[in-house]
Amino acid sequence: MNKPFLTRWAPAFVAVVALIWAASKLAPPPRSADGMDTEAFGRLPVVFNGRVQPFDSVARNSLLQIRGKQSLREAGDGARMTAMEWLLELMTRPQAAHDRRVFRIDHPDLKSLFGLPVLDPSDPRDDGKHYSFSKLMPGLEKLREQSNVAREKADASRDPYEQAVLKLGSAMTLYLRLQSTLQPPNTSGFGAELADYTASIPGGAAAFKARFAGRDFDTNALTRTLDHAQTYLAMHGMEAPLVVPPHHPERERDNWMRMGEALLESSFPVALLRHLVNEEPLPQAEVARLIEKAGTVPLHPSIGLFARMADARVKGDATGFNGAVTEYRSVLASTFRRELSKASQEQVFSRAEPFYTSMVLYMAAFVLAGVFWFTLSEATRRAAWWLVMAAFVVHTAGLVTRMVLEGRPPVTNLYSSAVFIGWGAAGLGLLIERFWRNALGLAVAGLLSFASLIVAHYLAQAGDTMEMMRAVLDTNFWLATHVVIVTLGYASTYVAGFLSLMWVGLGLGGRAMTPDMGRSLVRMVYGILCFATLFSFTGTVLGGIWADQSWGRFWGWDPKENGALIIVLWNALILHARWGGMVRERGMHLLSIAGNIVTSWSWFGTNMLGIGLHSYGFTDAAFKGLMAFAGFNIAAILAGAWVHRGASARAATTAATAA
Amino acid sequence: MRRGRDASRLLVMLRGALDFLSSLRLTVALLVLGIVLVFLGTLAQEPMGLYLVQERFFKSFFVDAVAMNAAVRKTAHLFGIPAAPLPPEAYFATPLVPVFPGGYLVGGLLLANLVAAHVRRFKFSWTKSGIVLTHVGLVLLLLGQLFTDLMSRESQMSFREGETRNYSEDFAKHELALVTDVDGTDREMVVAVPSTLLREGGEFRHERVPFIVRVQRLARNANVRRRAPMVDTNLPPASSQGAGASFVMLPLPPSLSMDRRDQPAAVVEVEAGGALLGTWLVAPTLLPQRLTGAATGWRVELRPTRYYQPFALTLLRTKHEIYRGTTTPKNFESRVEVENPGKGEKRVVDIYMNQPLRYGGLTFYQFQMGREQLEAGGRGTSALQVVRNPSWLGPYFGTVLVFGGLMVQFLIHLVGFVGRRSRATANAAIKPVAA
Repeated sequence: MNKPFLTRWAPAFVAVVALIWAASKLAPPPRSADGMDTEAFGRLPVVFNGRVQPFDSVARNSLLQIRGKQSLREAGDGARMTAMEWLLELMTRPQAAHDRRVFRIDHPDLKSLFGLPVLDPSDPRDDGKHYSFSKLMPGLEKLREQSNVAREKADASRDPYEQAVLKLGSAMTLYLRLQSTLQPPNTSGFGAELADYTASIPGGAAAFKARFAGRDFDTNALTRTLDHAQTYLAMHGMEAPLVVPPHHPERERDNWMRMGEALLESSFPVALLRHLVNEEPLPQAEVARLIEKAGTVPLHPSIGLFARMADARVKGDATGFNGAVTEYRSVLASTFRRELSKASQEQVFSRAEPFYTSMVLYMAAFVLAGVFWFTLSEATRRAAWWLVMAAFVVHTAGLVTRMVLEGRPPVTNLYSSAVFIGWGAAGLGLLIERFWRNALGLAVAGLLSFASLIVAHYLAQAGDTMEMMRAVLDTNFWLATHVVIVTLGYASTYVAGFLSLMWVGLGLGGRAMTPDMGRSLVRMVYGILCFATLFSFTGTVLGGIWADQSWGRFWGWDPKENGALIIVLWNALILHARWGGMVRERGMHLLSIAGNIVTSWSWFGTNMLGIGLHSYGFTDAAFKGLMAFAGFNIAAILAGAWVHRGASARAATTAATAA
Repeated sequence: MRRGRDASRLLVMLRGALDFLSSLRLTVALLVLGIVLVFLGTLAQEPMGLYLVQERFFKSFFVDAVAMNAAVRKTAHLFGIPAAPLPPEAYFATPLVPVFPGGYLVGGLLLANLVAAHVRRFKFSWTKSGIVLTHVGLVLLLLGQLFTDLMSRESQMSFREGETRNYSEDFAKHELALVTDVDGTDREMVVAVPSTLLREGGEFRHERVPFIVRVQRLARNANVRRRAPMVDTNLPPASSQGAGASFVMLPLPPSLSMDRRDQPAAVVEVEAGGALLGTWLVAPTLLPQRLTGAATGWRVELRPTRYYQPFALTLLRTKHEIYRGTTTPKNFESRVEVENPGKGEKRVVDIYMNQPLRYGGLTFYQFQMGREQLEAGGRGTSALQVVRNPSWLGPYFGTVLVFGGLMVQFLIHLVGFVGRRSRATANAAIKPVAA
């Protein structure tokens, strides 16, 4: 084998290794020691947040909102629980779950509100950050009061304490909601309770009808059923995930039910109870119809199976649990094939974590590109190239899977815009590298994609990232055009800015900053800025056209619109300043670095104002992050101005070639 | 001789001015001003509200000192520097002191700069065709925005299922309306005075109206509420006649928030045939009030300005869908019947999100929908946003031109670049062989 062949193709081996690593995460983890197939349970479909998803996603997103992590490892005893194992415990053995330290509290004032010690030395499981439900329960009322105060205020004017109060409040609400998913939280055995309820229905319904007809009725029979019914009505009111599939999928495929309402269907439906108990309005004809219907609808078969799963889980009966899960799957298989396969795919997607994998690979590629500039070894550059390629493949696979799962274009919310910016940056970086082969494109792809995926990682902590689109956004055409193009505009402006950051970085030292490299950088940044202008402009005006289609206003000076406009103006400014000879190499790079700040303002800053159509709510930490990024870029501008103070002389020749 | 020198000096000056007007330096300076303006205009929205910001930053030639102050305070606040927002009244203080170029000035100069540059340096070449196209598109976009500002009109049409409307209401403007039924028809005759013409002490007469109306009290924003006899002992009833006899009128500072508009109120005195009939309280929250005496048969009201149309819309049915198990709206839809007797037209249309109805020079968008009534089994209500914007197509053409221009320019560069690049690579590949 000859040497050129080796330097050429041996580096590709890193891509093979990287892809094998990525693929290995597709495989299901080993079954837990107790033999319960929680993975199989996690694949079952439910409806939550308005969409079909696996139990696994409910578990992961909930734990993320409550604890900030997708798994649970308590200080002290060290055993790791998956999110699914935790949720299953919460749904079947709430008393045990209440002692798990799942609630993360960082704000000191919030800790003192609950009278929590800074650190309890007598408790080895106390890490000063995580608290159990039992520990927090006594302070629930106080938290509610504080939440009401905080909720009165406008989003933008809440201080960190109030934000923490609301965050904990919504975490505890979510926790309580989840508790009522499968069975009544206080049941002493769901199977037995269900048997008693079912047995009571004929007598209870007959007594109920007799009472309304003004005849004599059996009070005991009615009370027996009503006792159950009241528990189930309260359970339904907790707004747990919808676990019971519709009876007639061919007619009403979306009509999934909460366990509470599904249980009540067989005796006294929710609407009837609410009318009778809470005096909610209901037409008289409907009341009569529902009374007539009482006791005639059979329990949905899934209820009995869920009861078997819950009881088996409580008893530690792995065979019984796994059997019930398998049986439920086969019940669904004939009519809910689509939901079953979507849930399975989403579970695999969450497990594979393609964006995390590619994030690691991008970072590795950036490091290799850095090494190249010191060693100038072509093999290193090629290895970096293959790593970015591998990361890009995994990233693309993740992006496409998300699109298929959601049935949507790639960008639907802030989270997915971060994922997409990283993807666009990697694509552009690879393109640049194909032309110039000096590792600059790779370094930018590595660093920028890594950074944007980190941002995405933090944004994902808000919960479900595949939430449904509210009415006005529910249009794939505009999501696919305006949103995608404007996001590519962000991505390309960042690429130009990061290339200019490289110009500063390489100028600080090392062998890489040759005159040739300098000339390439000018051309790259110029070219990408043209590209960025095209995309940010087109994306922005397409947004205007969408607005015109939606409410008859092409331009409304909304903060997000203004942010996008500022990017367009900024890019136009750099280009015109360059054409007019007002800036040369140094000036263009410095302006292009400032473009990073401008883009971040548009992408994130405008959401922090708490006004306008695009305000999605915001956290203090994100503001600090934004400030830090802006500060870093300002420092880079100063450093660049100093390091390259001789650049203007060089620029005369560069400008001549670039023009 | 002298005149010739003067003329040439004038020519030099003119040329200098044109040079300046068409210079790229001016472009860059205007872009900088534009960026600063848009940024400040974004920040000022929280304290000032969107509508006021549009007026004072973008739809004006200069930004005034008060508006600038609001923006600067908000900026300081964003960075954690304590700066209390200005009181709402401060925004309406006059005179306005200009401190920074506003949207019309920056936009107008950009337009002039762009046109001058192209007139002065125009020389057709294919390589510049994209640039020309882009800038023509930009001119269209800038002019389109100006025309929209000047000519577009937004109002709302809200109704219950089964109701018919031949007018829309502009909740940002109000009018004092004198209404009487036209005998033998289901029509009304309306004489309306725009609220901008109302002044305390002002007087109105009209040939078709058999009485005189004088404005006694007027508030651009007021709380009109029922008078509590035991509590409001020092607050006299707002008027002698009508609902005002048991209501009070409390002036409020102007409202700045985006979702709450000013609710004006007025007390008017009516005189017929030299005799005073009394005073009436009018406000948009009150029903029309019946006049008495010589003015019997007439009603008076202060209501959102109505725009009547020669056609009518009937709301047949509303649909409000949410995602199962959430409160997230999935779709709002109104089925309406459009009836235009003048043209003999009658048809049924569904209006829903992103699917407006364009009819009679107006566009109807689904805006809001009452949900509670729907759930309780009652009749649904729907509000349509009604927009008249004759220049609505401008931005569409502008966008196509700019996009086309940028694409052309981008492709010309790309083709040139790839060509150079592949020649360079080819040369590089040949060299080692030669060496």
